[in-house]
Amino acid sequence: MNVAFPAEPPVSRREVLRYAGCRNGEAQGLPLDECLLLLKDHLSCRVVWEIFPLSLEGDVVDLGFARVASAKLSSALSGCRQALVFAATVGLGMDRLIARYERVSPATALLLHAIGAERIESLCDAFCRERDEALSPSGLALRPRFSPGYGDLPLSFQRDIFRALECEKRIGLTLTDTLLMSPSKSVTAIAGISPCPAQPAGGRCAACGKPDCAFRQQS
Amino acid sequence: MDFTSFLKNNIVMLDGGMGSLLQARGLAAGEAPERWNLTRPGDILAVQRAYFDAGSNLVIANTFGANPLRFSEEELSRIIPAAVAIARQAAAESLGSQEKFVALDVGPCGQLLAPYGTLGFEEAVRLFSRAVALGAAAGVDCIFIETMNDSYETKAALLAAKETCDLPVIVSNAYGEDGKLMTGASPEAMVAMLEGMGAAAVGVNCSLGPDALAPVVRRYLSAASVPVLLKPNAGLPRVEDGRTVYDVTPDAFAASVSELVREGVRLCGGCCGTTPEYIAALRAGIAGIQPVPVEPKDTTVVSSYTHALTFGKRPLVIGERINPTGKKRFRQALAERDMGYLLFEGIRQQEAGADILDVNVGAPGIDEPALLEESVREIQAVLDLPLCIDTSDPAAMERAMRLYNGKPLVNSVNGKPESLEAVLPLVAKYGGVVIGLTLDENGIPPTAQGRLAVARRILEAAQRYGIPRKNVIFDTLTMTVSAASDAAAVTLDSLEGVRRELGCHTSLGVSNISFGLPARDRVNAAFFTLALARGLSAGIINPLSESMMGALRAYCALSGLDESCLDYVAWSQAHPLTAGAEAAKPAAAGHAAAAGEEPVSALRRAIERGLTRDAARLAAEALQTREPLSLISEEVIPALNDVGEGFEKGRIFLPQLMMAAEAAGSACAEIKAALKGGKTASRSAFVLATVQGDIHDIGKNIVRLLLENYGFAVNDLGKDVPPETVAEAVVRLHAPLCGLSALMTTTVPAMEETIRLLRQRAPWCRIVVGGAVLTEEYARAIGADAYGRDAMATVRYAEQVEAELSAG
Repeated sequence: MNVAFPAEPPVSRREVLRYAGCRNGEAQGLPLDECLLLLKDHLSCRVVWEIFPLSLEGDVVDLGFARVASAKLSSALSGCRQALVFAATVGLGMDRLIARYERVSPATALLLHAIGAERIESLCDAFCRERDEALSPSGLALRPRFSPGYGDLPLSFQRDIFRALECEKRIGLTLTDTLLMSPSKSVTAIAGISPCPAQPAGGRCAACGKPDCAFRQQS
Repeated sequence: MDFTSFLKNNIVMLDGGMGSLLQARGLAAGEAPERWNLTRPGDILAVQRAYFDAGSNLVIANTFGANPLRFSEEELSRIIPAAVAIARQAAAESLGSQEKFVALDVGPCGQLLAPYGTLGFEEAVRLFSRAVALGAAAGVDCIFIETMNDSYETKAALLAAKETCDLPVIVSNAYGEDGKLMTGASPEAMVAMLEGMGAAAVGVNCSLGPDALAPVVRRYLSAASVPVLLKPNAGLPRVEDGRTVYDVTPDAFAASVSELVREGVRLCGGCCGTTPEYIAALRAGIAGIQPVPVEPKDTTVVSSYTHALTFGKRPLVIGERINPTGKKRFRQALAERDMGYLLFEGIRQQEAGADILDVNVGAPGIDEPALLEESVREIQAVLDLPLCIDTSDPAAMERAMRLYNGKPLVNSVNGKPESLEAVLPLVAKYGGVVIGLTLDENGIPPTAQGRLAVARRILEAAQRYGIPRKNVIFDTLTMTVSAASDAAAVTLDSLEGVRRELGCHTSLGVSNISFGLPARDRVNAAFFTLALARGLSAGIINPLSESMMGALRAYCALSGLDESCLDYVAWSQAHPLTAGAEAAKPAAAGHAAAAGEEPVSALRRAIERGLTRDAARLAAEALQTREPLSLISEEVIPALNDVGEGFEKGRIFLPQLMMAAEAAGSACAEIKAALKGGKTASRSAFVLATVQGDIHDIGKNIVRLLLENYGFAVNDLGKDVPPETVAEAVVRLHAPLCGLSALMTTTVPAMEETIRLLRQRAPWCRIVVGGAVLTEEYARAIGADAYGRDAMATVRYAEQVEAELSAG
């Protein structure tokens, strides 16, 4: 088990606006800077991760700690003999900040939600880049990450990941009976480790079969 | 020897890690180690015996995750006794000659407590109580609560242990690199809360290595009046060749921990990655170190779930505004259970500089225990200030103290026997700093000596209940100076007497002094300054009053509490003295309207652009010449319609729509205030809820804002709402409309169940649903009348239903 307390990656305003629903990518009239200032000292980034041996039999993915049937995950991991499994969170401070502004300014709360989404996604991207760089001297590369709930990978796979990584003990991340994570701005994911250079990435939305999603990244 | 006596005079050697040793013996990733008590007892025995052999005095049974959330009652009631028996056997078999004890291990239950998770506080108390009851029955020497990274769950576990058994309870928390718990608490905040509730020892374990935890441990040592524990990891884990390794060696570990034992740590051991080898090295490292005596700290401290606040360093401000006395609007909010109003009062006071918030919701015709509980729960969800629980109803006091996430200030007890008997046991049980009012069955003594005598009696009674002097402060009662010219002098003399003769801190409700006088703020500020000079520790005042906050800032500058007057200067620059206060208001800058524009069209523009402050100001200006109702129908609603249409056509996006909606809300608040009686003809009732099991409510909140803008009487039930509660509200209000939201497939079944119940109980009600995973077809399939694609679509649907109803 590995635990890391990474520094916050730089903020992508473009991504914040995409999560807020500004499809034109313009922050016109929005107090985005003020909201970013509110974040000060409220985030606490934590990641727990481990590399597991992997075997694939058709659509069934066996990670040692659990087996799961998912054609999409299986295809995302094809050709890999190991997989990185991780859980990351920006902490409960983000949720508290949002809850506070929900009462006094729902528009601010909406922007804070978008910022929280951008923060956790950026944290995961930065973490995966760092892992990819650590693997490259051994001639290995990290595939794009894949989370429970993507494609046909059932959300219930969260339970297996939580058990395997001891998420609540290691980073204070918990799962409700209804499979919601708390703190809410958190991600669990699986990323294949392949012997060849990583496949050409189509952005992390490329593998998803929901082309009409409002938040789909335009690649 | 019992554990308590041993702890008093010795350094307690704890055990080391368990997980990695069991993994080496074949425990698979994700497998529950607690089951090995039943299936592989020999392996557990071997590990625990090795710890006793290495010199541990206290070994914790293998029960970290043994609670009713993870195991059935049947399995749990076998696991815990088996685990305790194995640890006892390990103690008996070990050849070590040291004193040996066994603890029940209590780790986090695995769920986050509400409101950020779904587990209720009392439910958490019940879970832990069950484990403690089984452990106590199996004969452990003490309860060891550990690796807790949430202050609220820690409180639930400690409360459960104290209520279930009489054994000593050790409480250890897991801190991050930022020196805080995952949910934000500082070491001082945890010490304050846990000591107040009667923990036998407090400390830190897990997360980090000994050097990284040293700063946190030192903060424990300087704050705690009970023994301090340290049980760190062998550094941070990393995986090497498929094996998890830790970066601190046994010798380095022993050297670092021993140093902290020299500084005062009284219980030491290891957590993840440590083995009997580490414990043996540590045992050797601390040999010959004399236990440092535990010094009681004589500081008066209250806490919230993030920080502790110490009396006496500088004068504290207790915000008095969450209190219905003499406030009509506030009473109305309480009657309607409008928690948003209370929260807004709390947030404004925090922003104005309050240190503590007084919470008083007592009013005629109100179920005070239920309302105080709800208020404390709601306020502590969003505000991190320590709270002052203010009630004369002991039942309300107990419920609020029980679920308060920290060590509260309690307002108040007095010298009457019935008050002492009702309030002091609560303070003794739940912890807290109690305010003693210097009055008794004979009333308020007219002299300072009389009030001081009452204070002495209260203090003696508190000490009889085991409440230390530092946890009692006194309010010497402000009387109206216009009724008795020596009123201020008696109060101030008593105040000084309490500080000098009893050595206790003080608080004072200030504003009563000026009752019946004109320009009361002047008298209040002068009296406040006098009281501060005589040793007042905390004023119960209105933090929104510039003259009061100005008096406080000036006092601090004059009394050497404000280095180079920096704080005073900064505050004064933000609050300049002006003859015409109006002229100083920032609203004059940044007008939305171009010069010469009609205020009415300017209002419409301000709303469309989402300029909240301008919209309120322009609405107030327009009210000089226009009828309030026509302003709504001719300006606010058309502005909203323009924005709504822009959103539907993709010209503007959600954040701009929300900003406009907020601006419209602020304009409407001005307009409604101008209406006689504050009433507008409301549209239909609309019950709104995020379904049970779901804690993501951003979508529902957006819908609420827009519906309110359009004049619907929204009854927002919040998130994680049981079907029963939704049906009850719809029936009670005979609401024609109900909106439900669910984020994920896993919570849609709860939505379906809610719809089913509504169909039975309220067949008239139209149900609209929304949420990330829902579609038009999915909505129909679970029995809803409509699918709200977005917030505007929901508003349009509500308008359509209303039109049909009025036509039919």
